[in-house]
Amino acid sequence: MTVTEVPPAPPAAEADPPADAPRRRGRLVPYWLLLPGILWLVFFFALPMIYQASTSVQTGSLEDGFKVSWHFATYWDAFSDYWPQFLRSIGYAAVATLLCLLLGYPLAYLIAFRAGRWRNAVLILVIAPFFTSFLIRTLAWKTILADSGPVVGALNTLHILDVTSTLGITSGDRVLATPLAVVCGLTYNFLPFMILPLYTSLERIDGRLLEAAGDLYARPATTFRRVTFPLSMPGVVSGTLLTFIPATGDYVNADLLGSTDTRMIGNVIQTQFLRVLDYPTAAALSFILMAAILVAVTVYLRKAGTEDLV
Amino acid sequence: MNPRTLLRAVRRNFVLLAGLLTLVYLILPNVVVMVFSFNKPNGRFNYEWQRFSTDAWADPCGVADMCGSLSLSLQIAGWATLGATLLGTMIAFALVRYRFRARPAVNSLIFLPMAMPEVVMGASLLTLFLNVGAPLGFWTILIAHIMFCLSFVVTAVKARVMSMDPRLEQAAQDLYAGPFQTFVRVTLPIAAPGIAAGALLAFALSFDDFIITNFNAGSTVTFPMYVWGSAQRGTPVQINVIGTAMFVIAVLLVVSGMLIGNRRGRRSA
Repeated sequence: MTVTEVPPAPPAAEADPPADAPRRRGRLVPYWLLLPGILWLVFFFALPMIYQASTSVQTGSLEDGFKVSWHFATYWDAFSDYWPQFLRSIGYAAVATLLCLLLGYPLAYLIAFRAGRWRNAVLILVIAPFFTSFLIRTLAWKTILADSGPVVGALNTLHILDVTSTLGITSGDRVLATPLAVVCGLTYNFLPFMILPLYTSLERIDGRLLEAAGDLYARPATTFRRVTFPLSMPGVVSGTLLTFIPATGDYVNADLLGSTDTRMIGNVIQTQFLRVLDYPTAAALSFILMAAILVAVTVYLRKAGTEDLV
Repeated sequence: MNPRTLLRAVRRNFVLLAGLLTLVYLILPNVVVMVFSFNKPNGRFNYEWQRFSTDAWADPCGVADMCGSLSLSLQIAGWATLGATLLGTMIAFALVRYRFRARPAVNSLIFLPMAMPEVVMGASLLTLFLNVGAPLGFWTILIAHIMFCLSFVVTAVKARVMSMDPRLEQAAQDLYAGPFQTFVRVTLPIAAPGIAAGALLAFALSFDDFIITNFNAGSTVTFPMYVWGSAQRGTPVQINVIGTAMFVIAVLLVVSGMLIGNRRGRRSA
């Protein structure tokens, strides 16, 4: 946002808000303020990434120790072994993100334009579930989607399970341990991350623009398509990113609600790191995941046409 | 009502219905957690309704190790909140109040942890700790938590400080307040809601984190890790009691916070 205001022309500097700051003595103040926090991030965020990069090109074993040998083949081996899990992660995350958008938009719209004096109450209901541990809430989905539960029963009577089983989303009479359950859990867990940015950007829209569209004989659907939705794009973009990125790396939903057939790349990284103890492969997998997300996000931002994110 | 009027009513109230449906989807698991906290399960798992009982509420710490993990999580969340809020507030003030060369670099360093999948951060921190031979436990968890909470605090505080009128501080100085007095009496009270929001977010994030903690905890068990383990071993009803209590306390806190905020807003208006 502020990147473009940087050129140090004297008048611009004077127009800055902290014009009152003591000039000479205060030169170093921002750096002293930044130092502890930035050092923390450098030591415990950036440095670990470098360690991981070096681990990913090491060979060896836990007994004999690992050595940097620039063994880039680990990347290729990791990818060829686990590409189904990569594809699945991206696929599940994409579907969950889309569902979040479809489910979250009406609610965000409702809060921003229709809720009136109920606005704060509804907002609390959106945020409050956050405070029950998300693992406990994810476990609750086991009860909701249980084999003898109401959801499976209803889907069965409506013969929806036959259709979804043919599509491979569910298997037999079960919802638990199928892709449907995992996507349902992912959608649920990341929904607030979609609703809040959407709400923020919808709330900023000037209601008079919508009235003007109506005055110009736009039907409600047209107003939405031509005015409301384009103006809410910043919220759509940040909401989809806030949903998609963590959903791709998640392994909790796939583990608690899925089966071995629904393992995502997060499950693989976790197993390789904490159980198999094959650190080079695990490190290579995390870097491939980062690269995949980076590519996906860049392409998406190009398409969505918004570059100023932060 | 005949089908056509029904259809028309649905179409007219589409947004309302769809929004309420999403709300139900969001709240449903919390309701289930609450209802099943009054269950008396037949085996080790509390997934099927058997019969009503208040046993778990009468004895919330009745299962081994659970309350220990809960108090550990509260301690870690407390310290992580303190650390992240302090460091984050300082960074936020530096970013909003001063122009300096490194700003774009600092901004991206703040943004990156929020845009990184948690597995990647957890795994890379573990590689660091393994390489320097740090013993995994309380301290490594705390380090990790301060790290990922920091960016969120910065974002929350920045938003508040940015909307602050710098003339208020100038006025204080015109009235012969020293820099320290200005900061404590003027700047800090105005920035307080942002700092509080950041701290609350940090506490919630730290208390609830499982993915990163799982990598850096060693054999230490936080509450989310206890819940995770119980999904394999058997889920005591007490977990639902704690979950329900957290939900109720949070709602009460948020509601009272909003009421206080409203009253303040009205008084100053």
